[in-house]
Amino acid sequence: MAAGNFEKYKSDGSLAGNALEWVDARFPATSLWKGHLSEYYAPKNFNFWYFFGSLALLVLVIQIVTGIFLVMHYKPDAALNASGVPVAFASVEYIMRDVSGGWLIRYMHSTGASAFFIVVYMHMFRGLLYGSYRKPRELTWLFGVGIFLCLMGEAFFGYLLPWGQMSYWGAQVIVNLFSAIPVIGPDLSLIIRGDFVVGDATLNRFFSFHVIAFPLVLIGLVAAHVLALHETGSNNPDGVEIKANLGPNGHPVDGIPFHPYYTVKDIVGVVVFLMVFSAVMFWSPEGGGYFLETPNFYPADPLKTPPHISPVWYFTPFYSILRAVTYPLFGLDAKFWGVVAMGASVVIFAFLPWLDRSPVKSIRYRGPIYKTLLTLFVITFVLLGFLGTESPSFAFFGIIPGAPVAQFLSFFYFVFFLGMPWWSRMDKFKPVPDRVTFK
Amino acid sequence: MKKFLIALLFAPLVALANTGTAHIDKWPGSVSDKAALQNGAKLFVNYCMNCHGASYMRYKNLLDLGLTEQQVKENLMFTSDKIGELMRVAARSDEQKLWFGAAPPDLTIIARARGDAGNPAGGADWLYTYLRSFYRDANRPTGWNNLVFENVGMPHILYGLQGQQVMNHETHKLELAVPGSMAPAEFDKSVSDLVGFMVWMAEPQQEFRRTLGWFVLAFLAVLFVVAYALKKEYWKDIH
Amino acid sequence: MSNQGKMDCGRRRLVVATAAVGGVGAVAALVPFVSSLLPSERAKAAGAPVEADISKLEPGQMMTVEWRGKPVWIISRTKDMLDTLPKLADAVADPKSEKTSQQPAYAQNDTRSIKPEIMVVVGICTHLGCSPGQKFKKGAEEGMGADWLGGFLCPCHGSTFDFAGRVFKSKPAPSNLEVPPHVYLSDTRILIGEEKKGA
Repeated sequence: MAAGNFEKYKSDGSLAGNALEWVDARFPATSLWKGHLSEYYAPKNFNFWYFFGSLALLVLVIQIVTGIFLVMHYKPDAALNASGVPVAFASVEYIMRDVSGGWLIRYMHSTGASAFFIVVYMHMFRGLLYGSYRKPRELTWLFGVGIFLCLMGEAFFGYLLPWGQMSYWGAQVIVNLFSAIPVIGPDLSLIIRGDFVVGDATLNRFFSFHVIAFPLVLIGLVAAHVLALHETGSNNPDGVEIKANLGPNGHPVDGIPFHPYYTVKDIVGVVVFLMVFSAVMFWSPEGGGYFLETPNFYPADPLKTPPHISPVWYFTPFYSILRAVTYPLFGLDAKFWGVVAMGASVVIFAFLPWLDRSPVKSIRYRGPIYKTLLTLFVITFVLLGFLGTESPSFAFFGIIPGAPVAQFLSFFYFVFFLGMPWWSRMDKFKPVPDRVTFK
Repeated sequence: MKKFLIALLFAPLVALANTGTAHIDKWPGSVSDKAALQNGAKLFVNYCMNCHGASYMRYKNLLDLGLTEQQVKENLMFTSDKIGELMRVAARSDEQKLWFGAAPPDLTIIARARGDAGNPAGGADWLYTYLRSFYRDANRPTGWNNLVFENVGMPHILYGLQGQQVMNHETHKLELAVPGSMAPAEFDKSVSDLVGFMVWMAEPQQEFRRTLGWFVLAFLAVLFVVAYALKKEYWKDIH
Repeated sequence: MSNQGKMDCGRRRLVVATAAVGGVGAVAALVPFVSSLLPSERAKAAGAPVEADISKLEPGQMMTVEWRGKPVWIISRTKDMLDTLPKLADAVADPKSEKTSQQPAYAQNDTRSIKPEIMVVVGICTHLGCSPGQKFKKGAEEGMGADWLGGFLCPCHGSTFDFAGRVFKSKPAPSNLEVPPHVYLSDTRILIGEEKKGA
């Protein structure tokens, strides 16, 4: 193998060329560069929805780098300091005030957490629009679902660390959910918490998960996700397989090398993203009370529950589904079935490659049934999310009670997926072109 | 983006969910009024810090209000002589719990904590209304109650300045029964200054943050122009 | 469509321009991260000047105060102790304290102090950081040689210092003990870590 590289990447005689040749004989540097960048042929018709993959990678890097610097000053200790305030909570204010530039690093991390979910939801939506999860890209999609689950865990563990009222009680509620699992539930909750209630033991193990365990798993899954994608090649807004149409030099006629064309385009995407990110970070870091929640400016008090607990905005659609299940079944209480429904509502994304039976991949060639249902699904997701931020007794305009609406929406949510094998076949379809288009 | 905008459309509905509390007045002050903040600092240290700590703040930070180290040491430091020290309260929180039922909360970031979803800046309004809404209530152990915070454990520390209000049971409004050393308008201004100080204290670097944002956005705009030109140039190659 | 070889002028200029502007941004973005590594306000407060009250310090006695995590010795030197200093001019490595990093200008004198009878010095050996022990008694009484005039001995590697903190020749320690910046607030109060009165 090394000898083969030696021949392929012979130096041009310059010093740099010689150095590169030395490396290539021992490490697939040029091979990786070519395979994933300068000779990875991506479809030339990528649109707005295709920015979010590279943006997700950018946000991952932002979170890791800001996280590294935050950990230098943050202390995961629930004990009270000399002023009667928990050390963990005080250490966050220490970062905000006493550490030079600390406030900016903190806001980058908190804004980045919400940005991560916005970007990932857009990225997933692209998959729904263009059938990116269809054969042969099922594994890319499955790694993606794994990343999404991991990201939810990472965010959940991270949110306990500031040790505010919302951190504490949100964790208390969610960990107690596990006790609903029959037989093993209460012991499972005990093992997750490390104590009978959320406390210092919980804080320290969540710190370990958030800082080390989950980031490592995330990085591994992201690598697998990209490798799987590059193995099959990327999809595109028309759902056309560009590898079916190769030119005389062996490359897809509708393909262009990722580098320099998409590196240069993604740089623009990054700059626009940073503009929005900076606007939020510098002018509204609290995100209207959704990115930094006001109850979290009170230190955790195990004896006093805030009047209204809800998970952070990015979990609320699934939380709504959890709350919507209010009937016990088969001798197991509604609490358990709520947990099952919530889990199912996330995991069901994994089944999309097999639920979708449409002969056509992209929304561009699908009929009115799909377009209507997808629109309704988006509205459902958003409305469920909104309801999740409100108390269960919330009523629209003070009249229409939110709880039955959430139940109806949750029902529709599952109908969208579970009915897909049938309704995806029923639609009118348009003929898919052989070559990509630029709509 | 679409989803986020739709969610934002529903944000005003949040206001409807929080009905049933007293009307909250808008805080009339501004964080850029240094003179007001200095007055607020004086009020805070003299009236609030007997019970409440500001334990994430250092006396040194008060220099950012335009005060000299001399002025801070002479007028604002009573329990310490080191300007780098934290603004802690002298009392112990377990003793305070005994006296008041609950330890008086630390006030450093109270202006942020008292906001609510959809209006994080509402903390200032709440504090401004709260500090002016105490009234005499013989049923309470402290002799005081508050329109905004029912059955609060805190007595009306500023009653010397405001005077004593009582609740008119017909109109459910407060009336001034005994005047204090300040006229109502003057008292309102003092409370506004105190709240301003607390808003500033909750995030002392907020003005710098907002200003820096303009520079960053301006820089990114320049970078956008150059990066977009670069993209266009390369993409001339395509079809 | 490989662009390995030549890139046309316009393209190259735009690449350079974008890289330059981007580079400026990258450096600017580094600023908060690098500055977060500097000592925080908490570290600076903990390192704040310390006041020492020497009203109860008897002649010949030594007291220790902590400043920036280090022991600072304040010794009330007797006439005897001060008289040993000129005798050791040839025995110590830097008799005139010419190494300016070891003391402020006002301590660059024969007694390495502001007032001859009060010695203020950081009690950390300039070799590898151990804290030397007192060997105030003259002669062989405390295990030092017969011609020992009194001072300090570092137990780790044997460096010795006189009553002005000057290191003896041929010892592992390279320089005299550090004299910290200090100022007299009054005859009995010394502020260590500060050079001017009335901060």
